[in-house]
Amino acid sequence: MQITGSELFVKALQQEQVEVLFAYPGGQVIDLFHALYGVTHIKVILPRHEQGLIHAADGYARSTGKVGVCLVTSGPGATNLVTGIATANYDSVPLVCFTGQVPTDLIGNDAFQEVDIVGITRSICKWAVTVRRREDLAFVIKKAFYIARSGKPGVVVVDLPKDIQQAFGSDLYLEHIQVPSYRPNTGVHIGQIKKALEALHSAKKPLFLLGGGVNISRANQEMTHLAQKTGIPVVTTIMGKGAIPTSHPLYVGNLGIHGSFAANMAVSNCDVLCSIGVRFNDRITGKSSEFAKQATIIHIDIDPASISRNIAVDIPIVSDAKNAISVLLEKVKPLDTNNWRRQIADWKQLHPLNTGGEHSNVTPQGIIQSINTMFNNAVITTDVGQNQLWATQFLEITSHKKLFTSGGLGTMGYGLPSAIGAKLGCPEKDVITICGDGGIQMNIQELATAIVYELPIIICILNNGYLGNVRQWQEMFFERRYSSTCLQRRKSCPSICSLPHKGCPEYVPDFIKLAESYGAVGIRVQHIKEIQPAFITAKSTKKRPTVIEFIIRREENVLPIVTPGQPLTSMIIKECETKC
Amino acid sequence: MLKKRWIGLLAENEIGTLAKISGLFSGKSYNLNSLAVGTTADETVSRMTISLTSDDQTFEQVKKQLNRSIEVIKVIDFTDIAVHMKELMFIKLLSCTAQDMDKLFHIQSVFGVTIIDYGPDAALLECIQTEEKNNALIALCETLFINRVEIVRGGSVAIEAIRMS
Repeated sequence: MQITGSELFVKALQQEQVEVLFAYPGGQVIDLFHALYGVTHIKVILPRHEQGLIHAADGYARSTGKVGVCLVTSGPGATNLVTGIATANYDSVPLVCFTGQVPTDLIGNDAFQEVDIVGITRSICKWAVTVRRREDLAFVIKKAFYIARSGKPGVVVVDLPKDIQQAFGSDLYLEHIQVPSYRPNTGVHIGQIKKALEALHSAKKPLFLLGGGVNISRANQEMTHLAQKTGIPVVTTIMGKGAIPTSHPLYVGNLGIHGSFAANMAVSNCDVLCSIGVRFNDRITGKSSEFAKQATIIHIDIDPASISRNIAVDIPIVSDAKNAISVLLEKVKPLDTNNWRRQIADWKQLHPLNTGGEHSNVTPQGIIQSINTMFNNAVITTDVGQNQLWATQFLEITSHKKLFTSGGLGTMGYGLPSAIGAKLGCPEKDVITICGDGGIQMNIQELATAIVYELPIIICILNNGYLGNVRQWQEMFFERRYSSTCLQRRKSCPSICSLPHKGCPEYVPDFIKLAESYGAVGIRVQHIKEIQPAFITAKSTKKRPTVIEFIIRREENVLPIVTPGQPLTSMIIKECETKC
Repeated sequence: MLKKRWIGLLAENEIGTLAKISGLFSGKSYNLNSLAVGTTADETVSRMTISLTSDDQTFEQVKKQLNRSIEVIKVIDFTDIAVHMKELMFIKLLSCTAQDMDKLFHIQSVFGVTIIDYGPDAALLECIQTEEKNNALIALCETLFINRVEIVRGGSVAIEAIRMS
């Protein structure tokens, strides 16, 4: 049977078992929306901005493990996806983004709403392609889904010119395809595994370093067993948090620039570092030449390009995390790590994580600990900045809780829309987003989306009136010159002002009134005693979101912090080291 | 250690493949010297010959990053294999005197290049040589024909040698 490209598109989504489509209409996708009209097996979600749209698809993909699917128009619709494409691709989130395009005979003419989105996104996605012939459409869509979800997952951009959407052609959608140029790694090299086992079996101070790859391959259970069987302590990256439950006695903490003292000391002193699904990003290594200097480094990663890029490794193993962990679990022998674990426990005791602050203050730690105790079955998303760092420090992640954060790109504005996507993917879970007052305003329009789809998500705004993370750097490393980081600053303020004080101008907007104007519940928390009641109200609110604005100390810092350019052991641990 | 390296690359002959490969070099700050591309016997497949200058670690990354690109079918590292490699170069020499023309006929026989076109006071050399030999020829011509030399280089192409056992 002959059908239009648009009809084939809808059929393809159905065959790929797409249940939710994040879509924003426009001139060059009007045919696709026409074909989607009245289709009952695909729920079309209409966010309020394409950036919010793609972050929502990202949150949906992370929460379900399925491919997130976006549909936007050409030109500005497509360019508004760009940040979200880079965000998802950096964190290996499978997305397929369909962008409308001007008809093939107009491409290159500077037509209305024409951009070369394939050219723009080529370097920030896994694959980008323009469909140029109607007969290629089925193959390209099939290939797009296959590439997005296989190997190291990532983002695929499929550009659909309007004439392709309208042209009649075969209704055949393919079951299987061959892509000769794309063969993701599957097996594990047993010889390399043997070398890794030898290193581990002779280690006195072994350590697991786990990254996002463990969570992506859903190897959490196997990994927990592996840690238990070997007695090897575990540190994680921000993306790897929850790889084993954070309450597990072998879990030490996050490492890196804002890692815990114990985790950074453990990495710096271990003799064998078995790292899985990490890429040794500069945020976790500190000064790379000093990183785990005494250790034999084993590195398991699905992406050969991640191996020995930033840190030279001794035993590389190219494999999916779950496969490698399963093989290790089967072959590894229990180790005696008692002395080493005692040493780590001493480090933990010497400098536990805490934010300080007075008791009556609303502290980030207090807020997050409330979330820990009140929510057992939840997804927590974060925005980017101090809110994210506190969340990744203090959140307890178990098998029923997940944490989604923009770890690689660090995209402000990610928190709220990703929570919307996560709630659509996991309606049975409580979904909480932890944002700052800066980041929330980058996609605050998505409150409307949460309202219209009746999504009872909980939006925590940690309001300190600053772009806090940059302000903290300015305080610590730039002589407290708060250049453009104060969000309360107005025209009437003196030209030089580095100290927040009682006479600072009022914050705009009033988040509570703003929430209420959308139809959401708004609660302002200014005292520690108000934290729990606010969460109780939010938890019992059905069918609409709750915005909780927590007024926190203006110059609250994230500690410890590794001094820029220094090794991980060079940490500023307490507030008084900078302010006293 | 920084040194010159050669890679052969088979990739899908699709719109955007060349942009993807060259974009990878610029985006990741790899030092690309030359890139020559054409189709193979299978017209859906392109073959590129790429020359770059890098240290060992960067070279490993370049190969991995190329392999990681969806469009790339195969990356061949020419470092340790015997290859035949030639570069096409045209040299146009201007304002030539009769004496210059004599020199050119000498150059032609010594360097194994061909004069493929000439006029009353100009000549065109076609040079299919190794890159090194072409470099030497340029140096010579620039000495003999100061400010009268126009050069077009195509970048080298290479193919693995037929091994005789």
